[in-house]
Amino acid sequence: MPSLGADMDSGTLLEWFVKPGDEVKRGDIVALVDTSKAEIEVEIFEDGVIDELIVAPGTRVPVGAVLATVGTAGAPPAPAAATPPAPAAATPTAPAPPAPPAPPTAAPPAIAVDGHRVRVSPLARRVAQQLGVDLAAVTGTGFEGAITRADIEHAVAVASPPAPPVPAAPEVAHRQEAMRQAIAVLMARSKREIPHYYLELQIDMSRPLEWLREENLRRPVTKRLLPAALLLSAVAHAVVEMPEMNGFWVDDAFHPGGRVHLGVATSLRSGGLIAPALHDADRMSLEELMAGTQDLVQRARAGRLRSSEMSDPTITVTNLGDRGVDLVHGVIYPPQVALVGFGAVRERPWAVNGLLGVRPVVTATLAADHRASDGHAGGRFLAIIERKLNTPEEL
Amino acid sequence: MTEQELREAVIAALTQVAPDIDPAAIDPTIGLAEQLDIDSMDFLNVVVAIHERTGIEVPERDYPKLSTLDQAVGYLAAAQTQHAPS
Repeated sequence: MPSLGADMDSGTLLEWFVKPGDEVKRGDIVALVDTSKAEIEVEIFEDGVIDELIVAPGTRVPVGAVLATVGTAGAPPAPAAATPPAPAAATPTAPAPPAPPAPPTAAPPAIAVDGHRVRVSPLARRVAQQLGVDLAAVTGTGFEGAITRADIEHAVAVASPPAPPVPAAPEVAHRQEAMRQAIAVLMARSKREIPHYYLELQIDMSRPLEWLREENLRRPVTKRLLPAALLLSAVAHAVVEMPEMNGFWVDDAFHPGGRVHLGVATSLRSGGLIAPALHDADRMSLEELMAGTQDLVQRARAGRLRSSEMSDPTITVTNLGDRGVDLVHGVIYPPQVALVGFGAVRERPWAVNGLLGVRPVVTATLAADHRASDGHAGGRFLAIIERKLNTPEEL
Repeated sequence: MTEQELREAVIAALTQVAPDIDPAAIDPTIGLAEQLDIDSMDFLNVVVAIHERTGIEVPERDYPKLSTLDQAVGYLAAAQTQHAPS
């Protein structure tokens, strides 16, 4: 079971799209998994032949649990009888996403509390200490009953432990509540752990919008670009010049994201929020980025995202301009280190060279992790975004 | 297309983009964006869906003329008399 976001402890396998003996290629969609937030299509991360499906549909399992085994490509699948698959031929593959490193929930050391053994992750133990929670009174819902951070937090929330078992696959009616809960845990973690600093910059949008208007005149309706595409592209390109904004803060150190996977904060019509990744956004043409964003937003709202999109954004962009707000001070999505926000593009009085004019203006904001960068770098980052917007033909 | 057919096409385009809305509950005189919680990405998809259903391509500068259901139907009716859709 892959970690589909830092807020996920477990997931329910809903459906297999493959059966033993099927050949699979890296990137193939092999299963459908229900997190508390959405139904996610899980991609496989290696080539091979499906050996055994271990988890049955409808089962809720913790992150890190093995869902299926895959034989290496070329090798015949291990016999699927009662004998367990040979470890040499069959690599256990909970399609492990490469990034971001989730808080450790698997492989917890066993410790003794009140005479009986309790499995608890190091992170959960730290949190329990901080919050003064008695581990013996907490029911673990993690791997093999391990106590996870969420269990501790839940125990605190209900005041009287032990925590009730995690409900099985939430029904549609419960999904909103579950999503609210997931957002609550994640955002509380962000504000508790990340020392945010905030910067804002007003950007004159007359040049990029004029360019966009002329560009759209030439385009059929299906190929038209939105200002949002310019904003996303400008951030993706700016990140290439400021890699310290792109990546994760894990275990007291910054880990560069390498590639630019832009998290696109997307509100869901039923309520709640999801920020799936637009992969390699810095290498996309505006057209590709526009099409990619449309596809991503539509699938997010239809509840059809893929596992890699859920797990690996390296920086998030939130655009609340459509909602008419002037600026947004974002909350960073852990373990990322920066979030760029855009407000509405509005006409404003604007002074240039001693003259006052009326210009379309957008307020760009940066919320960044002060552990990973300083205000000086953040200021440069916003200035680069402004420069990128002013050369839209290069986006 | 008759005005009724255009109205149905617009409503179909809206429900295609926002499947959870109740067509009967749409107030034809109130702004669609606010009423149905449609953002600019949704709206562009609505314009594309209208194009697919009616053949009418709405230029970007005319988007504000489609802000309510009644306005949208009126705009499309006028547009199809000006140049018949291919």
